[in-house]
Amino acid sequence: MANLNNTDSLNAVLVRLAFFILPIIISLAISALLVIAVDRDPMEVSQLIWEGAFRNQRSQAGVLNLFITLVLVSIGLIVTFRAGLWNIGVEGQMMMGAVFASIIPMAFLQNESLDPAAFPQPLIVGGSILLAMFGGILWATLVGILKIYLGINEIFGGVALNALANVGAIYLISGPWEPDIGGSAQGTAPFPKETLIPQISSEFPTSLLMLVICAVAFIVVTFMLTRTRWGLSLKANGLNDRSALLLGVATDRIGMSAFWVCGALAGIAGSYRALFTFDSLRPLASGGIGFLGLLVVLLVSIRIIWVPLVAFIFAAILSGSTRLRISLQLDSSLASVLQGTLVLLVLLSNGARDAWFRRRNTTQPDQSGEI
Amino acid sequence: MNIELQNIHKYFGRVHANNDITITLNAGQIIGVLGENGAGKSTLMKILSGYQPADSGQILIDGQVMTYQGPRAAIKAGIGMLQQDPLDVGAFTVLENYMFQAEGGILPNRRAAYRELIAANERFGFELDPNALVENLSIAQRQQLEIVRLLSLGVKTLILDEPTTGISAEQKQALFDALRQLASEEQLIVLLVSHKLEDVITLCNSVFVLRNGELVGQQEMPATPAELVTMMFGEGLPPPERESAQIGDVTFRVEDVSIHDGRINMTGINLRIRAGEVIGLAGLEGSGQELFMRACVGLHRIHSGEVYVQDRRMTNRPYRQFMKHGVLFGAAGRVEEGLIAGMSLTEHMALSMDQKRVINWQTAQMRIQDQIAHYNIRGRATDNIEQLSGGNQQRVLMALLPEHPSVLVLEQPTRGLDVESARWIWQQLLARRKTGTGIIFSSAELDEVITYSDRILVFYAGRVHEIADASRTTLDELGHLIGGEFE
Repeated sequence: MANLNNTDSLNAVLVRLAFFILPIIISLAISALLVIAVDRDPMEVSQLIWEGAFRNQRSQAGVLNLFITLVLVSIGLIVTFRAGLWNIGVEGQMMMGAVFASIIPMAFLQNESLDPAAFPQPLIVGGSILLAMFGGILWATLVGILKIYLGINEIFGGVALNALANVGAIYLISGPWEPDIGGSAQGTAPFPKETLIPQISSEFPTSLLMLVICAVAFIVVTFMLTRTRWGLSLKANGLNDRSALLLGVATDRIGMSAFWVCGALAGIAGSYRALFTFDSLRPLASGGIGFLGLLVVLLVSIRIIWVPLVAFIFAAILSGSTRLRISLQLDSSLASVLQGTLVLLVLLSNGARDAWFRRRNTTQPDQSGEI
Repeated sequence: MNIELQNIHKYFGRVHANNDITITLNAGQIIGVLGENGAGKSTLMKILSGYQPADSGQILIDGQVMTYQGPRAAIKAGIGMLQQDPLDVGAFTVLENYMFQAEGGILPNRRAAYRELIAANERFGFELDPNALVENLSIAQRQQLEIVRLLSLGVKTLILDEPTTGISAEQKQALFDALRQLASEEQLIVLLVSHKLEDVITLCNSVFVLRNGELVGQQEMPATPAELVTMMFGEGLPPPERESAQIGDVTFRVEDVSIHDGRINMTGINLRIRAGEVIGLAGLEGSGQELFMRACVGLHRIHSGEVYVQDRRMTNRPYRQFMKHGVLFGAAGRVEEGLIAGMSLTEHMALSMDQKRVINWQTAQMRIQDQIAHYNIRGRATDNIEQLSGGNQQRVLMALLPEHPSVLVLEQPTRGLDVESARWIWQQLLARRKTGTGIIFSSAELDEVITYSDRILVFYAGRVHEIADASRTTLDELGHLIGGEFE
């Protein structure tokens, strides 16, 4: 009997492994076929992506910069997903983070009597990041109120608020925060150097501060999800909010707190785009990273432990694919095709795996409780 | 039609739900299928009606091996199942539901279907208005519709799963008459899955008894309840003991409360519960009793009037506040409301045991293991709640309750449980009553309401009638009251 059980569990592990590896192989194969269809060599393409991501310190820093924002929004999204909330508004929350992070730099730009050099840089940058968190939380709160108290699906609320955040940023850039040289809605004037998030070095232009923030966010959120009543309440709420309520979970508060955590982290990511990537506020500063975060979270099936690795791979592929246009005249969106196919196939594979196990009856009786 | 089930095996992971079951069913018989929760009777019926395949074994109909897959194919083969909650479409009319899945292509003959329905009404004494919306029908009428529909599809074997839950005495009589008529006149095989021994004794010609997935007995009727219980559990159960408890001060008050929802308006309801008192709520499904219970604990809005816990005003406060003051609610659907599919027993314990911010998983695990032993739960701390049978899920709910709640408000606390599990639940509840917990509960089983209540509130279409001394009422009187005969 023990042998039978061991064989069964070994088989189950092998099947799980197959369902994990197959979508990766198939999505690589589909991408390779696409490349072959346009008369290019898939091996050359992968070589170029690798070089684009890791050929020197600057490109490596580029990967890290994308990774920082992606990992922050993905961690935030893990929290809302755990609570059963599809926070598609993360893109707008990031955008509001960028807008609020620009308040202090813009105050220095527009007020010549204020000299940023007269203030300690940690105070300015710290203040801007805190404001960005506030901006992200504010936008997330609006989605939360719409969802929790007015019953409006968070996907609809999120999409509307994403659009509103972008329109608001464009208004600021072409209105009150218009550069002196004239408004083209391309962005604000470059922020003073003292208001920017400092880089490690000009050869390795990324931020140690932000990497530390990412590490702290990862550790704290992992702890909160696995070790605290709050984390367990999120899970209960996400799986069955009616039962969670009867088990004593404050379902409204717990949902709102999930939005706040995600909003705060998206806000920080937004501040990085404004105060590091662009050195100014640009329209669409979030750059679709919020949506990419959704893909990361779907791919890892809400398991936070895999977020840094998957976010890093995504960042490397995206960052590296910029060389495709230069070297092969291939659009870098090939990387997005690869990622999109991968996520779709992983979801498909998860569904197929569950159905396979159901058919094999390795699950227990159905939910009626009767067998 | 004769059916043979030969050497049927079915596994769910480690659980051997049906173990080598061989039975023969002959035309014209009404057969009871008995067994405690988790005995495997639902699994066997689902295999027979095509809802799930057997792992091995075969089904023979009139000597031919059948290999149908899915309930539709089973119906074609002549076997149909009437679920406890009939599988109909609420937004359709009776006629549309009747014609659903019927032969006739994209333009079925509505007139012919209408005539068939009317003829069925006359034949069986049913009351089906072809133009009524199904969502407005009672459970009994929906059962009638499903029986008529299955018959029109040519079903020769009818499986009924707990058909008498939530229907009145008259409706039950009408159902039983129709089933007897079908068995004798049309030689139908009728299989009755039920926990209610009196139903089986009244209706069936013979019974099959399952225990732990195995067929442990077959018996021609008549048989006494004691004989059947012994076959089901291996030994006779002691009758429920009802000790008188000390009734204390008023702990919970409902004063002149009005509650509305889309279908029911209730006004001027008053109730006082004393420590140690048990109040049963009786009524047909949808008569307002469950709405009232939910309103009492902040889960449904009260339009006017007041609710007090001790002397604290709690009207329309969120449920969490009621919990804080020792008033706890248990819903009828355990996995839909109360327990969380996808979470383990340990996680349930961690969520319920205290309000500390950081969870001590070791303590949670130790505590649930203690409770598993104490409440004799068949499951492990790491099992997800949906892996447990209904009876064990109810035991988990009991295990999660705090030691001394002030008031328990319970929707059908023994719904779907076998006799033993139901008695066990009441043992636990009555033990809590001894320590001063007041209990309000609803039940579709009138004998349960009479047996365990000190007082009874009868609900009918939002109106409420109080029976001040439950021990002085009878099943017959209560049966008439739930039908609205208050005067």
